[in-house]
Parts: sequence; C-alpha cells; structure tokens
Amino acid sequence: MNRDYMPLFKVAVGTKVQVSELLSAGLPRRRMLDLGIIPGTAIDVIRKSPLGDPVAYNIRGASIALRKEEAEQILVNKIS
Amino acid sequence: MNSICKSCPKADLDQNFNIKLKDHNEFVIALAGNPNVGKSTVFNALTGLNQHTGNWPGKTVSNARGIYKHKGKRFVLVDLPGTYSLLANSVEEQVARDFICFGKPDATVVVADATCLERNLNIVLQIIELTNKVVLCINLMDEAKRKGISVNIKKLEKKLGIPVVATIARKGEGLDKLMDKTYNVALGLETTSPKQIQYPKIIEDKIEKISKQLQDTLENKLNSRWVSLRLMEGDTTILESIYTFMLNKENTYVEEEGAYIYGYQ
Repeated sequence: MNRDYMPLFKVAVGTKVQVSELLSAGLPRRRMLDLGIIPGTAIDVIRKSPLGDPVAYNIRGASIALRKEEAEQILVNKIS
Repeated sequence: MNSICKSCPKADLDQNFNIKLKDHNEFVIALAGNPNVGKSTVFNALTGLNQHTGNWPGKTVSNARGIYKHKGKRFVLVDLPGTYSLLANSVEEQVARDFICFGKPDATVVVADATCLERNLNIVLQIIELTNKVVLCINLMDEAKRKGISVNIKKLEKKLGIPVVATIARKGEGLDKLMDKTYNVALGLETTSPKQIQYPKIIEDKIEKISKQLQDTLENKLNSRWVSLRLMEGDTTILESIYTFMLNKENTYVEEEGAYIYGYQ
C-alpha cells in the first residue's frame, strides 16, 4: 500500500513519523519493543547530536536517543 | 549478627542482597519503575533519607535502601534502578529483576509517570505477571494536571486488579495512602488479583508443558508460568540467576565498602 518506507535514521529533525516495521531480531528487537516502538507508534525526531549519531526521538512521551544502527532497523513513514 | 532464623525465606535476603532484618515484623518493599518517574523522590520522601536524585542512567545500579515505619511496623524500602522492562537487556534490568524474583519482597511498589502512562504500563504489566503483591503509584500528578491530563485511578485499579495510588511525591501528597496500601498488601490484608495476560493458544500450551517440568526445581518459590515465558524467549540470564540465588552456586555479588554492588564495577 504505502511504499514510502524509510529507515528512521534518514528522517530529518522536526519530522513526525509512524513506525511501519521493525527489522531487528532477538534482544535488540526486545529492547525496541520495551521502549514502546511497535508498528503504529508515532515518533518525533527531536535533534541530532553534534556528530549526527545518536539522534534524540520523542517516543510515547519520553526522549530517547537511538544509535544509527538501531534507528536504521526501524522502518517508518511520514505522517502529516 | 543473625537474629532471624536460617530456614525461613527471609534468610536468603541477608545472604544474597545484604538486607538484614531484625525480626519477622519487618517487611521488605521494592521500589520499581521506569527511569525518571521520581522513584528516588518517593524513596526519599518515605524514608526521610537524602539519597542522590539525579538524572543519569544507572544512578541506582547498586540498590539503595532505607527504612520507614508505618502503623508500628518497620519497612525496608529498596530503591531499584529505573528500567523500561524487566527482561534483562542490561545490568540495571537484571538487578531489578533479580531482586523482585529472588529477594522476595513482601510488596513491590511500581512508580509510574502520570504524564506518559502508556509508556509506564509496560513494566507494570511485566511485574504483575511475576508477582501479585504489587501497588501502583502514579506519580507526578501535578505535572499531568498542568498538561491537562487526568488519570482515572478507580478504573485503572479495576483493569489491573491491583491497588493504585495517585501521588505528588515532591510535595508529599498521597504518600500516606501509598503507605496504607503497601501495608495492606505486604501484610496480606488486601488481596490483589492482577489481570494475567492471555497468550495465543500455541503459546499457552507450551507454557503449560514447560511449567510442569519446572515445578520441581522452582518449588513455588518463583512463578513457573513467568519463567516458562522467559525460557521460550531464549533468555538465558534467568537460568544463571536461578543457579545463583535458588541453588546457591557462585554468588555474583561482591562486597565493596559495605555496599553490595552488582558484579561489574
């Protein structure tokens, strides 16, 4: 249906996106699920650290910094 | 210095977690919850201690403890590290999980942030899956109000099957009620009936199969349904902890200047 999926890491600061798929497996996947990242979760990209990695995201009311490797495993699409 | 009998479950506390109880009239309360919800503020407000409250991860890795009295009973309050989960992805999570599993607290108080309850309920569900002696403390009610969020405490109580108390720990509001509820749960005056999560049949069948085999080893000391779920997930750290704490092989806690700090450091 919607083919505009992209990894969360590529999303620009200030954008609001929605999770469509989680690619990671095993413990890293468990970790993402525990942080509340499941298909449908809304994520705001808040800011990038000086070196561009990690990036801070607002996920269900908490600011959470994710590394590039982690954010690349989260496929999202833009909302609004 | 051991005035409490060796045979009762509370003797394990001394051995594994360095908690010394004076007599059977003391109760152990664990304080759990997400990072940044004011656990340490609740801890300080109840115990009158001035433990460091600071905002950096892992602040409470070596769990802090304090004492408060309520209705003539002494309560040892153990401040666990803030975690999003109890599934042992990190040292903090393992410390928190091991204490709730093997420290056998008389009650566990889960502190949750009223401004983002959705995020906080994950660990609440995980803890009520493990033990039924749980009290939920919804903290930061003032901030929630400022953000226009109201929390239906009665409904939460009904949905979760455990006592729920609204607090503003910074101002001391709701703490008396929290102590009352904790007292009731710890002494068994109030029975809780946490709603258990039902999994798809294929998983429930496996739980039944595995938990039957676990019963001999666990001897009702640990929730076999919960352990079955962890084993299905492929979590091996729970096996290590069962070896350490229940079968008393290899103590992973090391003593350091009177405080017990978890293996690393």
